[in-house]
Amino acid sequence: MMSTDRAAPPPHVAFQVFLDGNIAAVRSVFFYVLIGNYVGLGALAHEVGFSFWWMVMSTLLVWAAPAQVILVSTLNTAALFEVALAVTLSSVRFLPMVAAILPVMRRPGVRQRDLLLPAHLTAVSVWVEGMRLLPLMPVERRIPFYNGLGVGLMSGALVGGAIGFVLAARLPPLLSAALLFFTPMAILMSSARNSRTLLDGLAFGLGLVVAPIVAAQKIGLDLMWTGLIAGSMAYGVHRLRERWRGRPS
Amino acid sequence: MSATLHDIGPVLALILVGFLPNEVWRLVGLMLVHGLDERSQLIVWVRAVATAMLAGVLAQLILSTSGPLASIPVGVRIGAAALGFVVFLIARRSVFAGVLTGESAILLGTYLFAP
Repeated sequence: MMSTDRAAPPPHVAFQVFLDGNIAAVRSVFFYVLIGNYVGLGALAHEVGFSFWWMVMSTLLVWAAPAQVILVSTLNTAALFEVALAVTLSSVRFLPMVAAILPVMRRPGVRQRDLLLPAHLTAVSVWVEGMRLLPLMPVERRIPFYNGLGVGLMSGALVGGAIGFVLAARLPPLLSAALLFFTPMAILMSSARNSRTLLDGLAFGLGLVVAPIVAAQKIGLDLMWTGLIAGSMAYGVHRLRERWRGRPS
Repeated sequence: MSATLHDIGPVLALILVGFLPNEVWRLVGLMLVHGLDERSQLIVWVRAVATAMLAGVLAQLILSTSGPLASIPVGVRIGAAALGFVVFLIARRSVFAGVLTGESAILLGTYLFAP
């Protein structure tokens, strides 16, 4: 392994890899899921009186469907600090997601600022597809590929948001709400498909069990506690299993 | 303390209470992993935490009791997710088939059972 010798690909190759990422985005179920989800979100934004360009900017800057649902549905009525608190609690997941995916694409010579765009593009859809596809390619191609994947999937969201905004008058609010369920459906199936290791499957399954239990305690910070409790339990089982197999890591 | 949207306008509100409180987690993630290796045990654990949080997001969306999602009866949401998952398994783990079935079930269930 000549891991020290992996320079960044020349610009034309990087651009080609970026386009490969775009193609992977269009071939992902999440591209269509995002369109459906953001049709619902765009219609809701129109309904409560936000402008077309506000909706576009919110997708570009926030790029998190649950946070955008909170913004659109509460910004008109709630106090700003309440909205900010709800948004930040809904987005805690980005910390471990970014922390898990960036080391997959980093290699010697990569600067922190090269990772700013991949960090911003990280969302559930991009993360799930990135964790599946990045390990299949040489490490020096992973950053442009991930950027292409993220920009491609974000385009689906932008297109969906625009369609929803324009169609809003003809979409009943209940239909817009039903369209928002594209995202949880896709999370469920893709995670089931992608959990190839015991650790992934166990973390996801335990998360599903622990989340309602944590929510019922009404202690707040539900997502954080769900992640820490279920994730650590799964990790513990994984470590014990490795010890039993006699190959400590 | 209780400023609202009407005090600062929609664009500034988007940046202050939408973009910044959301983006901070991505930036903290970026700073924390500086120098960590993909195979380090800390990253293996972080990955498990992220996966469990993803399941938490799913549970919250399916079971949520507020916002536009709550306008659809919780039984319809759980039933549609279960039906979609069964079709996903039958259709040899096709995410497309599962998502389409689940979403169709949500739409149909909303039409039939929503108040």
